[in-house]
Amino acid sequence: MDILFALMDGIVVAMQPTNLGLAIAGVLVGLFVGAMPGLGSVNGVAILLPFTFVIQEFTGSATSPMIFLAAIYYGAMYGGAISSITLGIPGASTAVATTFDGRPMALAGRADRALVIAALASFVGGTISNILFTAFAPPLASVALKFGDPEIFALMLLAFATFIGLGGDDIPKTIFSICFGLVLASVGFDIVSGEPRLVFFDISGFSHGIRFLVLAIGVYGIGEMMWTMMSSQSHSAMSYVKITRQGLIAACREFASAWRGTAIGSFLGFFVGLLPAAGATPGSLMAYGVAKLTARDPKSFGKGNPDGISAPESANNAASTGAMLPMMTLGIPGSPTTAVLLAGMVIWGLQPGPLLFSSQPDFVWPLIGSFYISNVVAVLVNLAFIPVFVWMLRMPFTILAPVIFVLSLIGTFAAYQDMFDVWLMVLFGFGALLLRKLDYPLAPAVLAIVLGPIAEPKLRQSLLFSDGDFSIFFTRPIAGPITIVALILILLPIVKFALAHIRPAKR
Amino acid sequence: MRRAEIVTAFFLGVLSLYFMWKSGEGPGWDPDVARFDNIGLILDEGPGSGFWPFWLSLIMLLCSVWIGINWYLRKSPPSQSEEPFLDHHAKRTFLLVGGGLLGFLILIGIIGFYGAIFVFMIYFIGGLGRHRLVPTLIISTAIPVCSFFFFDIAMRIVLPKGYLEPLFLPLYDLFL
Repeated sequence: MDILFALMDGIVVAMQPTNLGLAIAGVLVGLFVGAMPGLGSVNGVAILLPFTFVIQEFTGSATSPMIFLAAIYYGAMYGGAISSITLGIPGASTAVATTFDGRPMALAGRADRALVIAALASFVGGTISNILFTAFAPPLASVALKFGDPEIFALMLLAFATFIGLGGDDIPKTIFSICFGLVLASVGFDIVSGEPRLVFFDISGFSHGIRFLVLAIGVYGIGEMMWTMMSSQSHSAMSYVKITRQGLIAACREFASAWRGTAIGSFLGFFVGLLPAAGATPGSLMAYGVAKLTARDPKSFGKGNPDGISAPESANNAASTGAMLPMMTLGIPGSPTTAVLLAGMVIWGLQPGPLLFSSQPDFVWPLIGSFYISNVVAVLVNLAFIPVFVWMLRMPFTILAPVIFVLSLIGTFAAYQDMFDVWLMVLFGFGALLLRKLDYPLAPAVLAIVLGPIAEPKLRQSLLFSDGDFSIFFTRPIAGPITIVALILILLPIVKFALAHIRPAKR
Repeated sequence: MRRAEIVTAFFLGVLSLYFMWKSGEGPGWDPDVARFDNIGLILDEGPGSGFWPFWLSLIMLLCSVWIGINWYLRKSPPSQSEEPFLDHHAKRTFLLVGGGLLGFLILIGIIGFYGAIFVFMIYFIGGLGRHRLVPTLIISTAIPVCSFFFFDIAMRIVLPKGYLEPLFLPLYDLFL
């Protein structure tokens, strides 16, 4: 009951005109930054961090600037889905999984529905995670700490295994795609030994590694757009969308039918968000994988399944709240954005850690209250702007396509300020186009380049800890079952293949 | 399509071998470390720097062989298809759009992002899209102008401007 009263007091403070205005401004900025390819919540939060010192001076409290930054974080989680669905370019890494089903839905003339599902799923994911955050903050932080390197690697393995076991694509091509993405993720300096690795043809541009956005924008911005143009004889491959009240009601019904994905994304995303060094991107990709794993018709994923949108979208919002928890209760950031937020808190004179809730209740509860308020503001703004987002699809394809190409190139440059990455991104786009023509699935490669930098150190640290004994992944109470499920999924297609060949032979 | 499938599998197999070779490279500053010394477990250090990419590349190589076997047995859809890899329309689109993109990239080095965006938009909207001159010019001008104000002015992300750099100096004086 004490928690409830503290939360109500916090919401009242968050609803004060200045704080409410900052929440609305933050959501709008976040929505825009999240929707811009190449920019994500971390860019928005980092760029506007200096601005918050002015806010702090003006309001005299650390709560208002934190509310502003948290609102940007929230808005960006909503915004990432907009460009994923309407343009086919993931606005941020957290929205990569949304592209898998959001884009096919938009191409089929259901962009409005995809956007409504994404917005509502984000809202539900955000709300559930806020409730979990409010009620279980301290105990959940201690559970997350039980996830060591083997457990996190096992989770990564499970994410890859779902693509192999249930992808429905050519198995050797799927495995190739995953390994290719993982190898690309290991290009550059080895973070464990500091040795340079895989600097192809001794080109210095490779020494800083291949960033995930370079591959993701290449595949989904350049490759996808060229594929659309090459495979359609007509000028426009996009189906026009007309927004009607009936259409929106139908979209809400479709969202309700995608409750499984939303539930999986909300709870799994929140929990993955709690894990140190995980965050919203692995959370959304894993939620997509688990939603596919447990679906009745996994083959419909990748073709516009509503669960394929609701799972990652609810997960990235839930994970963004979840990532706040270890930051506030333990002082451990769960994602790059929370690392910047942590820096802000330290600058404002706050000491994140187990005592924060008891020593700074005037800061903590209004901030938690603002999570609820920002979530409501974000969903309302997002729904209100859906006609504008859909309007983009009404543009003639010969105008939309060059705009997407330009955004892809600028977005890649803006993210890293390196022309080498822009060239590489276009090269990946051409390669993706040709590989797609031969039925190579590309989503697993994008998943792998995102999760690779997390998976490799976890594997190596686990093996260092066990003196090279792989049984560490089977003998620990949490890692063991996850690893076994992952291996079953990997072996499933081989068993299916063997059965298919044994049965006809018996006949 | 059938020929493209096996050619691609062969190329990807060679790429996997190259990745394996590169993974085995030791650090340049220590000539005592022989090639492939880093792909296994090192005493007290755990897996070496080449451990992860080497074994993954080996799996890639095995997958390429697997794809080749499927091609021989005609198991995958592309290995059964007798259609051309790229038909006339696809080839033409690939050359026109891909060529346009390469031109865009080359132009960035000469006249910078904003100049190259303008030329690329004119080429795409006016040339390939055959839209009328006025909307083509409006869109081709609006996109680089909006990009400049968003990236250079609002976000302080300076995009390359090539030989057009002096034209932007008064704008910096005005807005920054």
